[in-house]
Amino acid sequence: MAAFFGLFRRDLSLALRQGGDTGLVLGFFVLAVVLFPFGVGPETDILRRIGAGVVWVAALLAALLSLDRLFEADYQGGELDLLALSDLPLELAVLAKCAAHWVATGLPLALISPLLALLVDLGPAAIATLFASLLVGTPALSLIGSVAAALSLGARRQSVVLSLLVLPLYIPPLIFGAGAVEVSETGDGARAYLLVLGAISLAALAFCPWASAAALRQALE
Amino acid sequence: MVFAGLSFRLPAGGALLLTGSNGSGKTSLLRILATLIMPTGGRLFWGLAPVEGDAAAYRAQLDLVGHQDGIKPGLTPRETLMFWAALRGIEPRRSPGLVEAALTAFALDLVADWPCHWLSAGQRRRTALARLVAAPASVWLLDEPASALDDENQSRLERIIAEHRAAGGRVVVASHTPIELGFATSVALDAFAPLPDDAATG
Repeated sequence: MAAFFGLFRRDLSLALRQGGDTGLVLGFFVLAVVLFPFGVGPETDILRRIGAGVVWVAALLAALLSLDRLFEADYQGGELDLLALSDLPLELAVLAKCAAHWVATGLPLALISPLLALLVDLGPAAIATLFASLLVGTPALSLIGSVAAALSLGARRQSVVLSLLVLPLYIPPLIFGAGAVEVSETGDGARAYLLVLGAISLAALAFCPWASAAALRQALE
Repeated sequence: MVFAGLSFRLPAGGALLLTGSNGSGKTSLLRILATLIMPTGGRLFWGLAPVEGDAAAYRAQLDLVGHQDGIKPGLTPRETLMFWAALRGIEPRRSPGLVEAALTAFALDLVADWPCHWLSAGQRRRTALARLVAAPASVWLLDEPASALDDENQSRLERIIAEHRAAGGRVVVASHTPIELGFATSVALDAFAPLPDDAATG
């Protein structure tokens, strides 16, 4: 357990330090959402219609931005060899890294989303649902992303390969995340969407560490 | 295939020095010994038991310092060593003492709390090597350990390896620069390059 938390703490402190991922991801997220009103014009009706989708797509892209470093830095630096040699099973090492990735990127994205929701003129119910959907859905982004990051390890132009692999897999969380916000404006059907989103995250939690660890073993050969 | 027909035994306190030209398979052999890659042919035993029988128990005895330093520019040497000690399952009570001893052994006290991107190549190398002291293991696999080290620090490393062996530890060193190990079995991998025919079939 000490090894698990040691790895989690190390990845987290690397992400939070100056020049780490958290600042970069949040900056990108805010800018991406702020750009939309400039592009589609300031009519609040249109913004409110597309707002949830815009925030969710921006969150996906922001999470994607930090994924290529998830294993790549450890792979290049030789730490991945040592992780594979340690007592900590590679599956748990993946889980520790995903947990740190989520705390450093997914969680801040969810926390800042209510502010951005104001920019696209969402109502109070929609803002609450957006926050909840990001909180429940972003773990899936880190976990699914870890599989793609492990598979694309060592590929030339890794970040491009990674985007092509991971973006199609992000469609289910996107549909249910943005969908939850949309129905929350008209009634109280959001709960079902959030539950499905939570199910996606749980399924990713059960499946992705194994898949990522298998891909990492392949990369180390 | 880069080498074939190689066989050796490493007793407690023993040292194996791998030499050979670039590409002769020094790093590959170290990675085979670390169970990171599987040999095309041949077997690896720990005592009398084949390693694949209980790979986890064998790995727990190992420490590998590859030719990459495994250091994050944003962390300090102390944080790096604390992390590796935790990862190797050192009890939290013991690790500060071990890390302190490791920093002293490789004369890193002054830079212990600097971020690693301020360090020179030799200081980074010493931080990587300090892992051996911070998270003790009985078999050390060292890939070009003396690269980037000056004479003083190389003799420091040689002394630490000698102490490790005196305590019954084993060490395998791959190096193309001379390193003083004393009573080491030396294997020149160039002599084990497969014949052209073998290479075609292997």
